[in-house]
Amino acid sequence: MRIKCPICGERDRREYYYVGDAIALRRPEPDAGEEAWDDYLHLRDNPAGRTRDLWYHEMGCSAWIVVERDTLTHEIYDTGLASAVTKAGE
Amino acid sequence: MAELSWKPATELTGDRKIGQATLSALTPEFITSIAPFDHAAKTIGAVMKSAHGMALPAQGRMTGKAALRCLWTSRGQYFLIGDAPADPALAPHAALSDQSAAWAGFRIAGADCEAVMARLTPIDLRAATFKRGHVARSDFSHMMAIIARSGAQQMDVYVMRSFAKTAEHHLVEAMKSVAARRNSEIVT
Repeated sequence: MRIKCPICGERDRREYYYVGDAIALRRPEPDAGEEAWDDYLHLRDNPAGRTRDLWYHEMGCSAWIVVERDTLTHEIYDTGLASAVTKAGE
Repeated sequence: MAELSWKPATELTGDRKIGQATLSALTPEFITSIAPFDHAAKTIGAVMKSAHGMALPAQGRMTGKAALRCLWTSRGQYFLIGDAPADPALAPHAALSDQSAAWAGFRIAGADCEAVMARLTPIDLRAATFKRGHVARSDFSHMMAIIARSGAQQMDVYVMRSFAKTAEHHLVEAMKSVAARRNSEIVT
């Protein structure tokens, strides 16, 4: 598996650390309530298909990357800097 | 004030030639990390130019001359490596931190330098894609490394100082393997 880092280019999977669902970029407001926080902290989908997750380019440039990929085919559709996603308010 | 000093990161002295590759230790006097502040992203280049006479490198590149080089080292970070620390004029524009004793550097030179490196890192370091002046961060035998091509047949590798002996060990083993396949004389 090879993942394209927006900074370094296509790199081997072993340079990355898998961090989990990209939901981590959508932190609820402090007063969003118990349900929203419970969901944010503990509940994850387990999709057979498209998923968006965070990868950390640990052995490379230290960028956090949002990777949109398919869990069935291992196809990678898109990668982008997590900072760009947060700034865009997605 | 007491003058602090440190031991060399490795016991490697002089050149160690195995087959058609030569290993030596890099011992720059200063390594300074330059991490530009967000507000200085557009202005830091000019300050760098006037302070050190070299541009701030683009992603994956280095600037300067052998005595003092500036390497892109990761997202929002550059290392100034050589005979001088970062000029204080940079301080309002970037976070500067002294990394001089934190890294161990190695130089691998000779016709087989690419073949040796190919055994240690997953990225393509052949001359067609990794040219003189190119810099990459990558996995080097499971260690985080800065890899730079400082000559047509010469690569520089920096790993965290605590990995110095491991890096040296892996480099020597890779050099022996490459030399063995060339039926070169192996000097141990």
